[in-house]
Amino acid sequence: MKLNLKIWRQKDANTKGEMVDYTINGVEGDMSFLEMLDVLNEDLINKGKEPVQFDHDCREGICGSCSLQINGEPHGPDRLVTTCQLHMRKFNDGDTIVIEPFRATAFPVIKDLVVDRTAFDRIQQAGGYISVNTSGNTVDANATPIEKDKADDSFYAATCIGCGACVAACKNASAMLFTSAKVSQFALLPQGRVEATERVENMVRQMDLEGFGNCTNTGACEVECPKGISLENIARMNREYLSATVKG
Amino acid sequence: MSGLIKSSIARKVVMALSGLFLVFFLAQHFTINITSVIAPDTFNEWSHFMGYNGLVQFILQPILIAGVIVHFVMGIALEIKNNKARAIKYKKYSGGANASWMSRNMIITGLVVLAFLGLHFYDFWIHEMDYKYIAGNAEDPTRYYQETVEKFEPFWRTVIYVISFVLLSLHLWHGFASSFQSMGVNNKYTPAIQTFTKIYAIGIPLGFIFIAVYHHLNPITH
Repeated sequence: MKLNLKIWRQKDANTKGEMVDYTINGVEGDMSFLEMLDVLNEDLINKGKEPVQFDHDCREGICGSCSLQINGEPHGPDRLVTTCQLHMRKFNDGDTIVIEPFRATAFPVIKDLVVDRTAFDRIQQAGGYISVNTSGNTVDANATPIEKDKADDSFYAATCIGCGACVAACKNASAMLFTSAKVSQFALLPQGRVEATERVENMVRQMDLEGFGNCTNTGACEVECPKGISLENIARMNREYLSATVKG
Repeated sequence: MSGLIKSSIARKVVMALSGLFLVFFLAQHFTINITSVIAPDTFNEWSHFMGYNGLVQFILQPILIAGVIVHFVMGIALEIKNNKARAIKYKKYSGGANASWMSRNMIITGLVVLAFLGLHFYDFWIHEMDYKYIAGNAEDPTRYYQETVEKFEPFWRTVIYVISFVLLSLHLWHGFASSFQSMGVNNKYTPAIQTFTKIYAIGIPLGFIFIAVYHHLNPITH
């Protein structure tokens, strides 16, 4: 396949970026999107040019490192996959592909397609944990009975890999799907209920401080999430927050 | 308390509650208005009650106006915050690939409805305030039907009303069910809420359109 690429190039966080056109030949349908970019970069390096910087790590859809807004959608046109799992067979010979970084004020561009997503780390640090002393007296997890449906919902919430596609997809750059998944995975379990009140208050406060937008329930995040995190989590977080507010 | 006011979730809940209040008011407004088509005497009777009952005039009416203002001001505040959250826009953004037009354009449909409310207040509310409190006219329980029908004589006003109700329909299509999600309701009843939302979002505005067009086509002959 021959493809026309329009890629956002930006030297660093303080430099204004621009879209740059590239043409790439010999793209195979079995290549992943990142492998296609690898080929482009090899070509650029061979020509003595600066390669395109992009985030990646595990390349098997579980680390949450890869990002990219591809033709206007985070992780591209496929559903329930990350960019590393997106295959080039989803595109046709001669296609033009627009590749941009995830855009959000809370996700500033570091270079080219690499964005700073440490805002998610700070939200997680604000309450995405349970305070349990695990040094030598760990309680067997199975010693506490948990209803199957709650355990399942907690697990599904915990599958969030924190990639930021929800923020990238949302017209408001809201981080409520991410935050609600992290709130929900603990809120559903007895171990997490102990700190539930301060957890939701602290995580929502940090989310707001980071400058993310407000959820308007468009549902775009749920559609684009590579792990299929449900909007039910946002409703649960809203309930948790209202409950915490009433309790004072 | 200031933290609560700044909280994104608290603001969502304020939008939801004020929106649901206005949704409830719409149904009540429609119930009275439809009598102007099927029973003009009842319309006169009910309109007179609404216009002169102390509870309605001095308690419920201010609450309604406050509800509109809160919904509007909070909506604008959220829109400003949301625009700041993505200061640099995408060159290509496929918004339609993952969310409905209605959900993405609540600010547009909302502002059109707000502009319509300006005309609607001018047509009926300001006229009513003038009649009762400035001109100081005596009570006339039989005037409402005629005044209402005469309002829809001009073609341009009827067209504006019809267009506004279409936009209101689009606003309700997303807003009604969305308010339940904002308040944390997403459970086995959600599909029923979404179905009712669609019926309501089409039914009520269509009813208002019917009333406006009916009176335009059936003017009072003198």
